[in-house]
Amino acid sequence: MVTGKVYKFQDNVDTDVIIPARYLNNTDPAELAKHCMEDIDDSFASKVQPGDIMVAGANFGCGSSREHAPISIRACGVSCVIAESFARIFYRNSLNIGFPILECPEAAKNINEGDQVSVDFKKGLIIDETTGQTFQAVPFPAFIENIINCGGLMEYIKSKQ
Amino acid sequence: MKMTMTQKILASHAGLEQVKPGDLIEAKLDLVLGNDVTTPVAVDEFRKAGFTKVFDKDKIAIVLDHYTPCKDIKSAQLCKKAREFAIEHKITNFFDVGKVGIEHALLPEQGLVGPGDAIIGADSHTCTYGALGAFATGIGSTDMAAGMAGGFSWFKVPAAIKVNLTGKFQPYVSGKDVILHLIGLIGVDGALYKSLEFTGEGVAELSMDDRFTIANMAIEAGAKNGIFPVDEKTLEYVKDRFKREVKIFEADEDAEYESVVEINLSELKPTVSLPHLPSNTKTVDEVKGMHIDQVVIGSCTNGRISDIRDAASVLKGRKVADHVRCIIIPATQEIYKQALQEGLLEAFIDAGCSVSTPTCGPCLGGHMGVMCENERAIATTNRNFVGRMGHTSSEVVLANPEIAAASAVKGEICTPADL
Repeated sequence: MVTGKVYKFQDNVDTDVIIPARYLNNTDPAELAKHCMEDIDDSFASKVQPGDIMVAGANFGCGSSREHAPISIRACGVSCVIAESFARIFYRNSLNIGFPILECPEAAKNINEGDQVSVDFKKGLIIDETTGQTFQAVPFPAFIENIINCGGLMEYIKSKQ
Repeated sequence: MKMTMTQKILASHAGLEQVKPGDLIEAKLDLVLGNDVTTPVAVDEFRKAGFTKVFDKDKIAIVLDHYTPCKDIKSAQLCKKAREFAIEHKITNFFDVGKVGIEHALLPEQGLVGPGDAIIGADSHTCTYGALGAFATGIGSTDMAAGMAGGFSWFKVPAAIKVNLTGKFQPYVSGKDVILHLIGLIGVDGALYKSLEFTGEGVAELSMDDRFTIANMAIEAGAKNGIFPVDEKTLEYVKDRFKREVKIFEADEDAEYESVVEINLSELKPTVSLPHLPSNTKTVDEVKGMHIDQVVIGSCTNGRISDIRDAASVLKGRKVADHVRCIIIPATQEIYKQALQEGLLEAFIDAGCSVSTPTCGPCLGGHMGVMCENERAIATTNRNFVGRMGHTSSEVVLANPEIAAASAVKGEICTPADL
């Protein structure tokens, strides 16, 4: 269960604006966090608080395969990304590093910038505390749930060997 | 049977008779790829998880192409980490400065990928190899690490969109225009999680380089992969290159597609994508006269020999406009050498172009052509997102090599017919 303030983004947020390539000569999460979302909102990294939640439109994380994108979002304190849909490599990368993301078109449409939102990951339940609305996220398939339960992809691969 | 080409390759690599869209499967991999940006993160994950051996030193490719020759100390440190890993694990297909080319031009050229393969690469444009009739898809660093350790990966079997090609190209139209037009039609998430299956009599009209360009940008429509049927041109291309057995998969007659997109090549016009999405397409006629400051001809999308020849056919005997910087980057050493032997590099230099050793450099705003405020480039690259080639107020217009070259001469967007 996490609770935080919402930062809202539009459709097609690409990995170049999540973490610009000029910072990809670095792999340190703390350093990447300083530049998270810089090219779309250069104050984001300084104002975001631990636990805050990103809510976005369709195709979040489109573009490159850089795992630095979910790494930087997590490292700047964001607890969860809720979107109408995710680009597939971003979706995979997030699950693989154990960063929670939820697909929920209704929540993405109705939650407003600045709302206080709670997320119950076990139930996939999203609660907008500001408006009182609740939303049900698309559940993970059992296979992916298993990867998450193993503690991420690397642990899952180890358990198979 | 009802399987698409992609579904058949996945079924075969998972040891299954039949798969259907939505099935979660584990497939054996023929190649696992990484570059200098993604490999270091994968190396950390690999070690952190306690792995000490790779599954097969011959089935991993590490290609240092993004920030090389290293642009700064930090990128040199990343390359060092990838290089030391490659040496420690005796990775056969390790490509460093002097031998390196842009990964998605290099791997097909070196015969490391071929028909029927299942390939993952920690680079989103890994989908390029679909041109050869392979299943190839981009993944991240942790997937790369897992692939290097175990030699398999999990996939959700994709549903498919059929793209039926007919007709023949008009002048100044090539593979780039096909894929830009398609992305303009279906949008940047029009094929999200799906495979784009190219088919139809128009396929025979496409050169292998056209097919590489088209499959390369399947990701720009959100697709998991793009794939072409294997024909005589494919077999001719892989004949003296590909070292493994060629496996030809064909879609079943009754394979199911979520939708069918018809593209008549005869009706295509030279096309560009305006900032800031590849789906923001216009015909060149609609944007003629747009001022440009820089031209980039190269990348994993359009840095192959036919692209370089196309650019040279326009630039030979002409001069780049005074206010324009024109940067030409042959994608591999073999292409560079071929261009040298054909006198193309001389033509570029005489025209006032910069010619570079292979690198991804400017495509992702890394180095070798980063733009400042309010500058605009026309580029044969694949993305035109905000800040892609430098400052957030700079702009990238995507185009084919002939259009980019002509625009370099005129200093504004045009076709070779306008020169």
